[in-house]
Amino acid sequence: MRLELKNLYDDFRNADTIKAYAKIIVEDALKLPHSINIMEVCGGHTHTIMKYGILQLLPSNIKFVHGPGCPVCIMPKERIDHAYVLSQQPNVILVTLGDMIKVPGSNGSLQDARSKGADVRFVYSPLDCLKIARENPDKTVIFFAIGFETTTPMSAALLDTVIKEEIPNILLHLNHVTVPEPMRALISDEACIIDAFLGPSHVSVISGSKIYEEFPRDWGKPVVVSGFEPVDVMQSISMIVKQFIENRCELEVEYNRAVTREGNLKAQALNDKYFHKVDFRWRGLGDIPQSGIGLREEYDRYNAEKIYDAILPKEEINDHKLCICGDILKGKASPPQCSIFGTACKPSSPVGSCMVSSEGACAAYYKYGNLV
Amino acid sequence: MTKTITLAQGNGGEENNELIKKVFYKAFKNEILERSEDAAVIGNLAMTTDSFTVSPLFFSGADIGKLAVCGTCNDLAMMGAQPKYLTCSVIIEEGFEVETLERIVESMRGELAINGAVVVSGDTKVVPKGSVDKIFINTTGLGEIVQAGISSNNVSEEEVILINRDIGCHGATIFAAREGIEMSSALKSDCNSLYPQVKALIDAGVKITAMRDATRGGVAAVLNEWARQSNVCIEVDEEKLPISDEVKGICEMLGFEATALANEGTFVLAIHKDYAQKALEVLKSFDVCTMASIVGEVTQKYPQKVILKSPWGTSRFLETPNGELLPRIC
Repeated sequence: MRLELKNLYDDFRNADTIKAYAKIIVEDALKLPHSINIMEVCGGHTHTIMKYGILQLLPSNIKFVHGPGCPVCIMPKERIDHAYVLSQQPNVILVTLGDMIKVPGSNGSLQDARSKGADVRFVYSPLDCLKIARENPDKTVIFFAIGFETTTPMSAALLDTVIKEEIPNILLHLNHVTVPEPMRALISDEACIIDAFLGPSHVSVISGSKIYEEFPRDWGKPVVVSGFEPVDVMQSISMIVKQFIENRCELEVEYNRAVTREGNLKAQALNDKYFHKVDFRWRGLGDIPQSGIGLREEYDRYNAEKIYDAILPKEEINDHKLCICGDILKGKASPPQCSIFGTACKPSSPVGSCMVSSEGACAAYYKYGNLV
Repeated sequence: MTKTITLAQGNGGEENNELIKKVFYKAFKNEILERSEDAAVIGNLAMTTDSFTVSPLFFSGADIGKLAVCGTCNDLAMMGAQPKYLTCSVIIEEGFEVETLERIVESMRGELAINGAVVVSGDTKVVPKGSVDKIFINTTGLGEIVQAGISSNNVSEEEVILINRDIGCHGATIFAAREGIEMSSALKSDCNSLYPQVKALIDAGVKITAMRDATRGGVAAVLNEWARQSNVCIEVDEEKLPISDEVKGICEMLGFEATALANEGTFVLAIHKDYAQKALEVLKSFDVCTMASIVGEVTQKYPQKVILKSPWGTSRFLETPNGELLPRIC
């Protein structure tokens, strides 16, 4: 039989399987000693939960707290301004991933920059920069890199090719971040209500499941590494519920189709060769030490942030005071509780981080509504 | 609204509607325009205009010429009118190949014949290199109304919602062509003249309440426009939406919703329940419409909203697409 794309997801969207898991979860939930709050760390999971109406299938004692795992949403405004300023430089082509297109900075979004004449391009793969650079030898191509552990190796692969093939006109502006650090920051907060985590499978495909071992061990919070299809998420919720009723606290992997404890060692080695951990200021959460990924100093000549240092804005910009994205990310509030949700703050004119990309909690609530 | 025009304002969705309302409706305000139908109805005539800027010019299933005739004729057909007379106005970039122009015009000729329409007036402008990308075409069409009273303001709880074929093919094809995604050869644009299907429905005695071709903004935009204009709730069964495996695949890879992808030969119908089965039979007799399907019903559950119901019993709102979907799709 020929393998088609649909073979990869059809079974994981099967209505009967989803209903069967819903039944198991509802029955098991009756035995829960207390209600549980699960944080899905990743925006991809938020999207799945809202798109497929997962919340409507859960009993009232299982709740979700939508986490900070959307690379666009967590980008502080001053860094978005970096992209805008870079796009305005003469002979620069600014290249980034599609999600960045409408994120507004202080002066507007990259979409606005482009309508005013800047050369801004959106790609699906960072390696597309190579083609753009070859076709425009008299221009400097700056790749504005975003994303968690999943996309970092692609940026490393781009730099690796740039160095090996001596491509003279590609620079990187890195905005990569990592998952475990914000999880730790959230549960260190005394007001934290999170009881368990749903870990993103694609992060663990790269970094392994080992990155979550500390959470059950040191913090008493179960973690299940989950795939992104509705059956994956339902199965993972069921696994978390069973841990609570069986009084276990463990790291489990639902997405055993591709996740190992160690992860992709080759990708990790490529990352380590060019990048190292740096401090990062998260929109909505503030400064989190060692939660970002930056270029090693020996590669400064490829670092757009260093080369254009003199013109890049440095001042930190906070969100509007009515915005409660910080509280939403900590699980203290849900999107509809925000006074500007759906009025002053909409996907077409986002005020706060969670409304920015379709993976943000507010945008997902706005787009998919909630009929429950 | 933004101070400068962005590509999102040409998306056929939210931002596009806002631009039209705040700039054009404001200036040109009149009763006919404000009905906001696919084509203006003036007595027994329907009139519409459309410009075509698609890139690439030639793509799997059609080209800019075929599209320029289909697009305008389909807007007439959607008002129950037979396309009769078209104008053809072209803006050509200096250096464009005559042979390519001839291919485009030949393609227009073939499609005019299918509709039984003729080009009766035209205009040609050539601009210096770089002033326009290769060729843009505008066509204006005049049609004779065969079944009167079709309007997207009339959808009621008496109607069910039908779609004539599998959705999203045009948008997916153009996207795949631009991104250089090699897909199996089965994926091609649905670009097609709809008057033959409309005529067959009318000839079979089917009374059509509302009809709209789901171009930019896709099926999601049409359903939302109807829900708003007719003040009803439209409830759609997700599993009944006709979507080919190829389009599903593109959506999976690129994170699109098939309901938001553009079509050029796909239309949504609101038909009284009594005529629904008959309409489905008529449509299914066309080669391209084997996946025609009754996808939903009209209720008052959430007026002005469209609800998508999953096979596992959950539901969500289906919104009008927003943001920059894909510029120069038609």
